[in-house]
Amino acid sequence: MHNSSKVIASGDEYAVKLFNDNGKQQMPAFPQLSDKEITSIIAWVTSQEGGGGGAAATAATGGVTTGNAAAADGADASGGGKYMDVLLIVLVVVLIVLVVTLAIIANLMKDVLQGRKDLDGRDVEILEQRFNWAGLYQSSALRGIVGVVFALVLLYVGVQSVMAVGLTQGYQPTQPIAFSHKIHAGENNINCAYCHTSVYKGKSANIPSANICMNCHSQIKTESPEIKKIYRAIERKQPIQWVRVHNLPDLAYFNHSQHTQVGGIQCQTCHGPIQNMEVVYQYSALTMGWCINCHRETPLNTKGNAYYDNLVKLHDKSNSAVPFTVSSNGGTECSKCHY
Amino acid sequence: MKYWKGIEELDNSSEFAKHAFAEFPDFLPVKEKRAGEVEDSSVAPRRDFLKLMGFGVAAATLASCETPVRKAIPYLNKPEEVDPTISNFYASTYFTGSDYNAVLVKTREGRPIKLEGNPESPITRGGLSARAQAAVLNLYDGARLPHFMMKKGNGHEKTDFDQLDNAVRAGLSSATGKIAVVSPTIISPSTKRAIAALAGRYRNVEHIMYDVNSASGLLQANSGVLPAYDFSQAKIIVGLGADFLGTWISPVEYSRQYVTNRKLSTDKRAMSRHYQFESNLSLTGSNADVRIAVKPSDIGTVAVALYNAVSGTGSATALPAAAQKQMARVVADLQANRGASLVVSGSNDPAVQTVVAAINQTLGNVGTTVNLTAPSFVRQGNDARMSQFVDELKSGAISAVIFYHANPVYNHPRGEEIKTAISKVPLSVSLNDRLDETGSLCQYQAPDHHWLESWNDYEPKRGYLSLAQPAITPIFKTRQAQETFLRWAGSNETYYNFMKDGWRTALGANGFQAAWDKAVHDGVASGSVLPTPTFAAAAPGIATAISNIRGAKKGAIEVALYEKVGIGEGGVEGNNPFLHELPDPVSKATWGNYIAVPRKMAVDNKWEQGDVIKVTANGKSIEVPVLVQPGQAEGSVSIAVGYGRTMAGKVGNQLGANAFPLVQTTSDGPVYYNVVTLEKTGATSPIAQTQTHHTIMDRREVVQESTLAKYIANPKEVTEYERVATPDGLEKPNKVSLWQDYQYNDHHWGMAIDLNSCIGCGSCVIGCQTENNIAVVGKQQVINRREMHWMRIDRYYSSDHHEDEFEKEGKLKTYAAMEDPSDNPQVIFQPMMCQHCNHAPCETVCPVLATTHSSEGLNQMTYNRCVGTRYCANNCPYKVRRFNWFSYYSNEKFEDVNGHMFTDLGRMVLNPDVTVRARGVMEKCSFCVQRIQLGKLEAKKQKRRPKDGEVVTACAQSCPTEAILFGDMRDPSSRISQLLRREDGERAFHVLDSINVQPNVTYLTKIRNAASTFFPEEENA
Repeated sequence: MHNSSKVIASGDEYAVKLFNDNGKQQMPAFPQLSDKEITSIIAWVTSQEGGGGGAAATAATGGVTTGNAAAADGADASGGGKYMDVLLIVLVVVLIVLVVTLAIIANLMKDVLQGRKDLDGRDVEILEQRFNWAGLYQSSALRGIVGVVFALVLLYVGVQSVMAVGLTQGYQPTQPIAFSHKIHAGENNINCAYCHTSVYKGKSANIPSANICMNCHSQIKTESPEIKKIYRAIERKQPIQWVRVHNLPDLAYFNHSQHTQVGGIQCQTCHGPIQNMEVVYQYSALTMGWCINCHRETPLNTKGNAYYDNLVKLHDKSNSAVPFTVSSNGGTECSKCHY
Repeated sequence: MKYWKGIEELDNSSEFAKHAFAEFPDFLPVKEKRAGEVEDSSVAPRRDFLKLMGFGVAAATLASCETPVRKAIPYLNKPEEVDPTISNFYASTYFTGSDYNAVLVKTREGRPIKLEGNPESPITRGGLSARAQAAVLNLYDGARLPHFMMKKGNGHEKTDFDQLDNAVRAGLSSATGKIAVVSPTIISPSTKRAIAALAGRYRNVEHIMYDVNSASGLLQANSGVLPAYDFSQAKIIVGLGADFLGTWISPVEYSRQYVTNRKLSTDKRAMSRHYQFESNLSLTGSNADVRIAVKPSDIGTVAVALYNAVSGTGSATALPAAAQKQMARVVADLQANRGASLVVSGSNDPAVQTVVAAINQTLGNVGTTVNLTAPSFVRQGNDARMSQFVDELKSGAISAVIFYHANPVYNHPRGEEIKTAISKVPLSVSLNDRLDETGSLCQYQAPDHHWLESWNDYEPKRGYLSLAQPAITPIFKTRQAQETFLRWAGSNETYYNFMKDGWRTALGANGFQAAWDKAVHDGVASGSVLPTPTFAAAAPGIATAISNIRGAKKGAIEVALYEKVGIGEGGVEGNNPFLHELPDPVSKATWGNYIAVPRKMAVDNKWEQGDVIKVTANGKSIEVPVLVQPGQAEGSVSIAVGYGRTMAGKVGNQLGANAFPLVQTTSDGPVYYNVVTLEKTGATSPIAQTQTHHTIMDRREVVQESTLAKYIANPKEVTEYERVATPDGLEKPNKVSLWQDYQYNDHHWGMAIDLNSCIGCGSCVIGCQTENNIAVVGKQQVINRREMHWMRIDRYYSSDHHEDEFEKEGKLKTYAAMEDPSDNPQVIFQPMMCQHCNHAPCETVCPVLATTHSSEGLNQMTYNRCVGTRYCANNCPYKVRRFNWFSYYSNEKFEDVNGHMFTDLGRMVLNPDVTVRARGVMEKCSFCVQRIQLGKLEAKKQKRRPKDGEVVTACAQSCPTEAILFGDMRDPSSRISQLLRREDGERAFHVLDSINVQPNVTYLTKIRNAASTFFPEEENA
């Protein structure tokens, strides 16, 4: 482990075999590690193998395990759905049978009555009556009702579609490189801030630069055609043009660090199950209503932050029944996001 | 009975008759015709209009349904210290040949977006002039040369470094006569060494420095050194035509020193007294306690009279009446404050400066307020040498000339001669950043980097070093001038290494790297590199000097040629739209120069404001419009230099007239006044002023002032507080209110403006403009009263008439008279921006709630909610709201003036945290809410409360005199809370207190160290 190529060069049988078995993948040299450190790394790897966690050494197995688990979850969920469907179908069938039976009974009884001669005029009238479809068609009340309902539906559809203009929830563009958050954030459990370096410090979370990719991919999966695209970008000195998924209008100011570092909000709260996304899509609506709603409902993360100490005291004194939310500290005022 | 609509109807002028029956003067033009367009093509017929509109609506609807694909492009290899959206600050230095400012460059994603004062600097102490504030815009100036060029035929063609270097080296080697490097003052030791390296390689190289605003006379009078002045030690200051707060030598440094003696409190009831003798009403003159208007040539006479009086020699000289009246007081004050007084003169006449030096010597000021041992280096130009250069150029003695940031064709009084002579020189090279008046005549153009792209060092004053470091990768294919010198001298060293080597002696070889790193980080260091300058010509003896000074000729009209606070000498500032639109502190005029005349002269000659006058001196004439200027000395006029550029760029070309040819050239060099003849041309040209109402008409609710005598007697008597009648008797206005008060739990932001410290320099106006992406609107829109500045500085003149004349003269007549300023008025400056009223009148009238109140006391303006009714602006008692009449960022009419919002190059300067406002919305001062939010966020991240001074608005930060104080009034220990507690009932007042809008901006009454004409009862005191 100190220097694998040296061992291979020395002609060690086991080492050469390992080297050839793994597609002649060179293991980087770690001359800085002491023997003791190497022993403890091996001990740790051995201990992790049985547990099947997400450690780097057992990434492949770990990935399979999580994959299976997800599949099982899916089966469970759809099982529940099917049961309901069957129940519904049975109910519908029973109802249809009921309707048909009742119709048959009604006809039978009508026939019986028509056969009798002792009926008076009124009874005959009831027996002979037909439903006046033409009258119904011509009734102004019905026309009015239908008209109003139609107008309302039209209005609803209209408003809905107008409100949806510019909304891009679910937007899932194809990216120039098929980068998978599922593999990186999900299976390999890489911390979001490893690549999105300024998510705890700045307004922007920062799309990782190619040199961050190279931290790993100078060694890992170097043959992948997708990763070769990164090499090409570096060689040609042409930055990778990712397609922006989350677009806020210029008039709205949003700061990541305010929410992550100060608010303690998880990335998934807004970005959804990012660790399961092969291709990223816009999970949240990103409308002002969506922002404001969260600001109204979310209690401030005031614990251990001296900035809020006095504010919490003042709030508790005057209005302790209601939680101290973002909006009760002025978090829904215009100039908090628009300037 | 007949009433006339106006004087035009009475006269029945042709203009009036034409419009008499039309209700509206003109149809609103749908599209304005541009020059050269055919009439018909610009008129859209009605059907076309409907068709286009129908298509437009449909297209807009469709387009709005599809979201455009936007890209996110990260770095390939991200520099470690650059994080997108996080600002980085780099210490640097602004020096463009006139005033020195130590700056911090704020960069975002590697682009400089704002300059701020460097608080580490012992010279400028965190202050920054308006010019330096605006200088960041010059970096993104589209008129800069994008690459090296050489002359071909009548034009210029692109060339590369090697080709040009070879040609220039060959030219320099074969030069038989002198090789001249012409530049303004250079205070960079390493640049001087680089030029010396050139001199080492070629024969006969001479470096000629000349200053446009020359202090050659001052240098000669002090045997080559420029004295360092300390205004903070002076109890009596006498200015003889020196605009030391605005333009003279080192205004930011002097302003800071000057106000230390002007700030008052109950514990410190003493301030300096400032007398100013001058002809044009300058920024310095408007701050003086006593200002005496004299003709420019009488400045020398006054100096002689002062010398005779303080030294007790000579006979009494004949003085102009205005000066004679005050002379006894000035002399008495000076003699009572020996060693604690200071006399400065802006004259470039060595004789006058010799007399002034002798006055300071006699008063014992040398060593206290005048420092000759640690002199300033910011003026080194030798006028006689420059004049000799022009002769040599004409005679053919010069065989190669290199212009390094010098544009003498435009700004030297003998520019015309240089222009014709350049073509005779075998080799001419320009290192100027653009094809300017001089550069375009040269054979080769090797443009220098902008200073924000360069390394450089400076020694503005003996013992004080300063560094500049690049804050951006060079935008164009230019090369740093010093490196160009080194290449031509045959060295391949980078200028960085060359410069660093030179610092080894100043910083010491021991631990040099650490000291160097610290110097780069701080931007300033102590140490000395530059040698003591020498001056070829000796100072005239005092007796000769006195005899050389002659007073003004009777009857002759003299012109004073002065620099504007913003435009200066018109060099790099000449194409800067921020500075062109910065109102002159006193006249409030923008965009172009004018001839300022005293009212008496205008009345006598029947000149109206805007009448174009032909001004002739030295056999050369220029035409400029008239501006009636109170305070202009009788028998004199004044014109600003720095205008009339022809090759500055889109913004600065053809604005005003070039006044440099009017400069009087004497054997000692240029003197900035001359005898002129004036002639009305009959043409008119409007002057774009941002303020046309000049007096406060005794409404002391607006702005308050008092005298030092009153303040010493009782600080509680200097400010008048309005009281309103209530059932319980007279009460403060805020006791009676319709509205509920807000409760501020978290912060309550507030501002205090000390009118005693505010000198009106306009630095805050430009600071605000760069910080908040404020559009430049151009001359016509300023005339239409549509300037966009969020912050303005109101200037009020005193009037000779007051309310007490009501009974004698009648109300109407008195009111009319009160609108007229005095002939030599007292001036008061009042910075005015949104007052963030707690009971804001704008908030209650907005029909869409676009302007609301925040829980931190801010009056918030939400652009995307605004529908543009302008009710708020109507209801604002302070008139601080600005309406976007146009899309200033896309309307072609504003392409020239608002270039920084048009091109990709220009847009790099915009502050990414502030929205660029669209047409049809209202905007106004936000108290720099983006800075407040950032300050709070940083505090929250570090789990603490924000510290006082951490959150500061752009205006407060840029103020060289710390007149503006911003802070949290909810925090009892903050400086603003302490100040307001201390000044409550003394100097603190709110503007228009009686209307009870309860502003969050508090002003402190101005105190003058003299009897004020605002207070007539004291005139006899």
